[in-house]
Formats: sequence, C-alpha cells, structure tokens
Amino acid sequence: MGNIFTTGLFRQMLRSATPVALAAMGGLLTEHAGVMNIGMDGMILIGAFVAVAVSVVTGSAALGVLAAILVGVLVGAFFALFVVKFRSDEFIIGTALNIFAGGLTVFLLGALFGVRGTLRTQAGLPTVDLPLIDQIPFLGEVLSGNSLFIYLTVLIVLIMWTLVYRTPWGRWLRASGEHPGALRTAGVSPEGMRWQASLLCGAFCGLAGAQLALGNVSMFSEGMSNSRGYVAFACVIFGAANPGKAYLAALMFGFFDALGYRLQEYNISSNLTSMIPYVITVIMMVYVVIRGQKKKAAV
Amino acid sequence: MEKIVEFSHVSVEFPGVRANDDVSFSVNKGEIFALVGENGAGKSTLMNVLYGIHTPASGEVFVKGEKVTKFDPKEAIRRGIGMVHQHFMLVPSFTVAENIVLSREPKKGILCDRKEERRQVADLSREYGLEVNPDDVVGDLSVGLQQRVEILKTLYRGADVLILDEPTAVLTPQETAELFAVLRRVVAERGMTVILITHKLYEVKEISDRVGVMRRGKLMGIHETASVTAEQLAELMVGREMAPTPEKEEMTPGEAALEISNLHADNNRGQEALNGLSLQVRRGEIVGIAAIEGNGQSELLEAVSGMRPYRGKITVNGGDISGKTPGEIRKLGLSHVPEDRLSTGVDKDASVSDNLLAGKEKEPEFSAHGIHLHPKAIRSYAQKLYEAFDIRGAGIDVTAGSLSGGNMQKVVIAREMSFGSQVLLIAQPTRGVDIGAVEFIHRQIRTQRAGGAAILLSSADLDEVLSLSDRILTVYEGKITGEFFPPYSKTEIGLGMTGTSKEAAHE
Repeated sequence: MGNIFTTGLFRQMLRSATPVALAAMGGLLTEHAGVMNIGMDGMILIGAFVAVAVSVVTGSAALGVLAAILVGVLVGAFFALFVVKFRSDEFIIGTALNIFAGGLTVFLLGALFGVRGTLRTQAGLPTVDLPLIDQIPFLGEVLSGNSLFIYLTVLIVLIMWTLVYRTPWGRWLRASGEHPGALRTAGVSPEGMRWQASLLCGAFCGLAGAQLALGNVSMFSEGMSNSRGYVAFACVIFGAANPGKAYLAALMFGFFDALGYRLQEYNISSNLTSMIPYVITVIMMVYVVIRGQKKKAAV
Repeated sequence: MEKIVEFSHVSVEFPGVRANDDVSFSVNKGEIFALVGENGAGKSTLMNVLYGIHTPASGEVFVKGEKVTKFDPKEAIRRGIGMVHQHFMLVPSFTVAENIVLSREPKKGILCDRKEERRQVADLSREYGLEVNPDDVVGDLSVGLQQRVEILKTLYRGADVLILDEPTAVLTPQETAELFAVLRRVVAERGMTVILITHKLYEVKEISDRVGVMRRGKLMGIHETASVTAEQLAELMVGREMAPTPEKEEMTPGEAALEISNLHADNNRGQEALNGLSLQVRRGEIVGIAAIEGNGQSELLEAVSGMRPYRGKITVNGGDISGKTPGEIRKLGLSHVPEDRLSTGVDKDASVSDNLLAGKEKEPEFSAHGIHLHPKAIRSYAQKLYEAFDIRGAGIDVTAGSLSGGNMQKVVIAREMSFGSQVLLIAQPTRGVDIGAVEFIHRQIRTQRAGGAAILLSSADLDEVLSLSDRILTVYEGKITGEFFPPYSKTEIGLGMTGTSKEAAHE
C-alpha cells in the first residue's frame, strides 16, 4: 500500500480542503456572533453557479469570482433579514436556504443556458508555481503549481485569526455571541455585529463556491456543493471557531476525501470510499460533544 | 450643596402598572444616597430611567443641571452616569482588561493595543484602590471580583455618578465590607456620587448619608440617615396600618404534619441559603413565610419538595424525606405549587388535560397496569377539574402554554389540590394573576385548610401572606427572625423581614 501516499493524494487533499476552509472562515464569524448558520451549503452552491455562469458570459474567471462574492453577500443579507431582524429559527431558515439553492440553480441552468445537469466554462483560475519550493522533492511537487486560492486561503486564515482575536471588531463580534447584554450596555449593537457576520459569511461561501467550480474543475454541476457546507459547519465547531483550528479540520476532511478517491483504485467500491470523509466528520462531532460534556461535568 | 441628579415629577408606566408615580427628589454631589423599598416598589425602574433604559411617561430628569432630553444608555454614559446591574454585564471568556475597555479599546493601527489597555486598567485599578489582575479571565473570578470589574468599567468610561442595583445581594459579608470600603473611598477621595439600591436596612444605616424610601412606585420620604431609625424606615417601607384580620372560620390546629428541624441548604451559587431553620406546620393551619426575595424562602420550599439537597431533618406526615425523590415525597402526602409555574408548574407543550392528570397516570382508574391509558376516564376527569376550578381557555385539549397566566396557575392549583394531600407547599400562588382569579385561588387555599391540610405559604406579596396566614414566620438570611400572630403589625413584620428586629439584631 506504500504508493497510496503519493503527491497526487496530497494535491487532492488541498483541492478538497480549500472550499471547505473558505466556507468555514465565514461560518466561524456567524458562530462567534451567536448565529448558527446551517445554510452555508446553499450559499456555496449559489456561489458555484454564479461563478460559472458569469465566467461563461464574460469569459473572465476573475469576474466570475467577484460576482460569486457579491451574490454571496446578497444571500447573506437574505439570511440575516430573517434570522437577525425577524428572529426566525436559524435552523429552519438555513435548511430552507439549502433547499432553495438546489432548486434555484437547477432552474436557472435550464432557463438561462438551456442545459441540464452541468455547465462547462473555458475560464479557470490560474495556477501558481512557487519558485525554489518547487525544487524540493515531493514537498515541492505537492505545494507548487496549485490553484491561486489554495495559497490565498492560507493568507486569509491568518488575516481572519488576527481580525477575530486581535482587533476591536473581533472582540465585539465575540461579545455579541457570548454576552449580548454586555456589548449593548457598552454602546455597541449586537444585532449590528450579527448582520456584519452574516454578510461576510455569505461572501466567504460565495468565494468557496467559486473555488469549487473554477479552481477545481471549471464547471458547475447540480448539487455540486455536496454537503461541503455542513462539513464546513462541522469544521467550525471542531475548531472551536478558531480560524487556524478550523483550517486544520478542513485539511483533515480534505485528506480523507482524497484518500477515498485513491482507494477506489484498489477496487474498493466508490460508494464506500466516498463515505469516508463524512463518517470521519460524524466521528469528529461525536468527539466534540463528548469532550464538551466532560468539560461541563468538570465545572 | 450641589445637586448632581434631580428627578422632577417623574412617572413611569408599564402596561397596566404605574411603576413610578410622581417622584421628585435630588441627589447631592459627593454623597452616598440609599434607595430602599420592597420588591416591586419601583427603585430599579427609577434608576433605569436615570441610566436611559426607560423613558418616563411624564416629568423631567436633570443631570448636572442639564435637562435629559434623550433617554439612551449611551447618552447617560456621556453625562457621567455609570450603572452596575444586578446581573453583571461581563463577557465571561474575556479578560478583566478586555471587559473594562469593551467598545472603547485603545488602538494601535487597526489592532487592539493590548499593552496599552493593560497599562490603563492597571493604572485605574491602582488609582481607585480596586485591586484586579488585568489578565485574569472574568469567568474564573468570584462574584465580588466581577463586581469590582463592573465598577472599574464604569470608571473607565468616566462615570462620576455610580448607581449600584442591590450590589450586596450576591456578596459574602467580607465582600460586602470591601465594597463599602471602596465606595467610601471613591466618594471621599474622588468626589464621586453613589446611589445604592438595597432593601437591607442595616446597610443603609452603615453606609449612606441620606435615604429615600419607596413604596408602590411612590417616594414615601427622604431622610438624613443619622436622624432616622431602622424601625422608622421599615415602617415607611411596608406601611404603618394594621393588617385586616383574616376573615375565615376559627380552627384549632391538629398535630404537626410537616416538621423541619435545623435545615441547611445552599443556593444555586453554592452559598448558604438556609442556616439552621426549624419550623412546624400543623393540620388545619396556614403558616405564612414573610421574607424579601433571596433570603432562603425559595430554597426552603425546594428542599421540602425534594428538589434541592439539604442537611437537617424534614418529616412529612411523620415520614423522613431524606434521600427521597420528589415523587416519593408526594406519596407521603405532600403537594407543591411551585413558585415558577412556567418552568416547574406546567408542561407548556402538553395539553391542559395531560397537565391536570400529571401524577395520576398510574392509578387504576386511568390506566391498566400503568401502561394502557383510558382516554375516556381521563377526559371526563380532566373536564371535571377544568370546570370545578373555573379554568377559562379553549378547552382541555389545547396546550397549557396557550392559557393566560391566571388560568395556567389554576391548572397547577387544581392538580395539586386534587391529591387530597395532608401537606401543601404553596409558593407565589397569585403572581401575575388577575384579581378575579386571585380571589378564587385564595378561596381554594382556605378550603384546603378547612379540610385539615397543613399549609406552608410563601409569597412576595406581603398583603397576601397577611390575609391568608394563621401564623407568620419572618425569614431573613436563611433564619427565622420572628413569629407573629394576628392581628399582625406590619411594622414588626417589616423589621423581621429586614433583619432589624430585636432578636435578629445584626452584631
């Protein structure tokens, strides 16, 4: 089995992990603000569709990404309108958003492009070669020549950590979820923070969708988010809404996702192998719950 | 004397209640002003007006000679008003420094300047003699230290008028002594003004320069603390008049059905709430507990009903209840109308019928072997209770949560009185209930007494306790401070409730 752990496995790991990590960056913002965002999967799907649709029309991948982010903000506003302003149940709104996104993208695929199932685009996100690093055996082959956003995501994780833990805004965000009364009596509106978190979450999910469709494959297909929004949510919980830890959780998901692909080459049923990342996610979540209960019991 | 805060004919209305009624007084710069009154007298409401949380229906408020036109906490903070709320407004996972500077963080570029904020907090802490470690996580601190962080928070925001809402309710005696030392110091050395809401009269005597007494939303008077006795204050708080003698038939109480001796129990914060309390309730007798909220009366009823661990001895109809579950204690002949009907009195999401039946499901009349329920028998039983207790709603099949507060309470009363228990614990029987239902519920309680039940009654409404009880025990800080028989003197009962009566004199 020595040849399972090839450079291909680790390149696939980065490809799988990046959209999940980007969505998780948005999800941890709403999580800190005390809003449970179960609707990320739908947000990613809409982002993926918009990115491909705009790049098909304009021929530009960059415009596709930009449009995905903007539409993501709009979807985030829709989510915040119901959850923050009208105080609806976030679970119901999130689930509704996921179902709505599935239907909307299929409808628009037919209505705008007259196709069913998939839409291909010529545009794709550029890949980047890392000078010097690409000279290192194995590591260079894994790290160099990947899609642009695989590198940008690492930068984004660092920026997000600084934002959440080192700026006044990040403190207000965390206070708005943990003790809204404390923030309100200090003169900052917790609802305002929740709005901002929801809009940013939409933007990140849009970006995640764009990376999924343009960075990994250059096409949109029905339901292509494939529960990555839920996995991103699990990464947020597993990483205690800490950007660095959530990114590591996403890499772990990516690794098992990639491993699943590799195992198919060993005549193991793809139905089994594609379960792996999700089973791991469930086990992770069970671990988190048990750990949380132990903590509670210790108090 | 410079007036720093002035209320002029201030009235505050909430739906159906006038929380403050034409209140006028002023607070002088550099004094400690105490505001006392029973629960619901309107003290907190008035201070929330000053802090900008409530807007008065009429009247005017002046701070430092300027008329307040916009009631908003931000505006109040700008005018130098700081308030330490009863429930702390601190983020538990943040450090002391992070909490103190929240919303006004010192910045270095776009980042928080953590060195600078620690320095400022340490300086502030030293300047006012309020010792804290800026790096401690607030959630790990004792309540007393958290309160200190709250005070520093107001000082950081530049407050020179400090409002404290029942600050000692959560403190140990040592912490209280420290707090008072701090308050004296900020007034003497910094020229600050302190307004203290409390209902502990010995604290008023100990710390304040002047004291205002409120009762039922009205200001009853303002006194120099030195020239007024605790007895006079208690009288102003609860009223002077003698309570009307309860109108009910004479009964000679029988043997004791509920006996409690040397009871100790902790409250939810792990502090001692009951401190060696003993009492007896005999058949055919209503014993009322008169106490200001938070003095152990809730813990007492919870201990007896099996909902709270205790030390000491409790017997119900001669049976020791130690180690028994609430269900087993009920089998000894005890019923319990809990103080909070929403959390422990009814199941909001179950039907009225299920709520009325609760506790009787296993009786042969209603089920075979406790498993197969007999819907017909249950319905007709529930319907009978529904009518007998005059519950008004959309029938027995709707959820209990859809009923009004008064009718929900009647469901609880109906169920608890249907067991024919010898011992009844009744807490807050009419809280938030309309007047018609109040009379009905009182009548039911008297009927149970006539039937020979031993009733232990606790209520935040002193008049209710006075009008129902054959005997009243005042409880203060987990101890019984007096026993009273009709005709009751409100003054003496008020003294017992505030820990100022002769036998409970503090130190």
